[in-house]
Amino acid sequence: MSNVPADLLYTTDHEYVMKTSDPAIVQVGITDYAQGELGDVVFVNLPTKGDKFGAHAVFGTIEAVKAVSELYSPLAGEVIEVNGALDANPAAVNTDPYGEGYLVKIRVTDAGEMGSLLSAEAYKKHIGE
Amino acid sequence: MNAPLKRTPLYDIHVALGAKMVPFAGWEMPVQYPLGIQAEHKATRTGAGLFDVSHMGEFEVTGPDRNAFVNRITCNDVGALGTGDVQYSALLTQEGTFVDDCTVYRFEDKVMLVVNAANIDKDWAHVVAQKGGANVRLKNISDDVGLLALQGPTAEAVLAPVTDIPLDDLGYYKFTTGKVAGADCFVSRTGYTGEDGFEIYCRLRDTEAIWRALEGPGRAQAIGLGARDSLRLEVAYPLYGNDIDDTTTPLEAGLGWIVKIDKGCPFTGSDALRAQKGRGVTRRFVGFKLLDRGIPRHGFPVFYEGSQVDIVRSGCMSPSLGIPIGTTYLPVAATKPGTRFEVESRGVRIPAEVVKRPFYTEGTARKAK
Repeated sequence: MSNVPADLLYTTDHEYVMKTSDPAIVQVGITDYAQGELGDVVFVNLPTKGDKFGAHAVFGTIEAVKAVSELYSPLAGEVIEVNGALDANPAAVNTDPYGEGYLVKIRVTDAGEMGSLLSAEAYKKHIGE
Repeated sequence: MNAPLKRTPLYDIHVALGAKMVPFAGWEMPVQYPLGIQAEHKATRTGAGLFDVSHMGEFEVTGPDRNAFVNRITCNDVGALGTGDVQYSALLTQEGTFVDDCTVYRFEDKVMLVVNAANIDKDWAHVVAQKGGANVRLKNISDDVGLLALQGPTAEAVLAPVTDIPLDDLGYYKFTTGKVAGADCFVSRTGYTGEDGFEIYCRLRDTEAIWRALEGPGRAQAIGLGARDSLRLEVAYPLYGNDIDDTTTPLEAGLGWIVKIDKGCPFTGSDALRAQKGRGVTRRFVGFKLLDRGIPRHGFPVFYEGSQVDIVRSGCMSPSLGIPIGTTYLPVAATKPGTRFEVESRGVRIPAEVVKRPFYTEGTARKAK
């Protein structure tokens, strides 16, 4: 069984959205289920601070030993922080996807878009758990 | 085309261990266990790994002409083998390109060829078609033979307690018969990882008992095809279908040492290889590293001086070295270590540099004894 924290929001592309203390800013990463499916992550290609993306736009790539996957922005917004530690330690995506293995923090353009994301229950159903 | 996938006798064991099963060469095989590819890779480099390779093919050649026949259909010299010797060799086309690479086991009364799982049917047809008037009996025993590879610096310590074979006397690329976990086997000191280790051939029905005697805490870690691939790539052992195929010759592939043109008898492909040797090859197999971030994947275009010259044959993030490594073919003038070229990864050209093979040089495999 994958770890699907109840207090996060999810996309069908297996990204999660975690609220931060600033209501306009969210943390984005891939889910525990996604990291398990990918296997050992060896390389993460992330955007740069200041890049702007629309919802569902490709904002990077993640490469595992046997798989490559695009990263989709769950919400429209501007990248305000990139997890640079993944350059040296991409395996953090496997070991701690909701913590040290997060990908970016985004300043959300339209908080209303949050309503289109999946709840933990809906995401569990999506992955068949 | 979509025949049901075959399963080795260890299928249920792999599933019980939590393996991720994938289709491979018509078989349903473990690509990794819960430990993960990189940790499995490191477990094999530092301890012992156990691989189910029962899907590989074995052909048995018996009869008075067996050695002469195998000498005629493979490029290495069977005449150089004594009983109990193993040899790396290849089956070639008339054009001198690979039908497959293989190992040749010389027994007192027979010769065994071990071939890649993906090529069993093709290889078998190729061997049978060349029988002609030779006084030999050919038998495809692939479905009767289980095969486990036990690899790593502690492989001997793991195997010794469950076998009557004096392993210390078994040299690199030698084999012998004996019992493992009470079952009759052939055991060779060979492998595909660059580490010391053994390949254990047994009756299909004994595969499970032998696996159970070797796998587990304090013994060997189960290793999937993912780490098998990165282990072999780090030591630059070729993989048929990637590094070598029916468009490449052993001379181009850096395998001139298995081509014995003057072994005293012609062999399939020998005329073409003699001619190629006379002309000189125009391209050669090389190892490379990427100089920027990225992973070279099989099929990525390779550019030298602005023109596409080949594709990435094999590539991975080397678990032992922590750098992206790969193989390709380059024009002879570009094959010196240090030569720069480019690999295109999803539209982006990444600088690469030719490096010496093998990439990883700390392996514990015994050198010829």
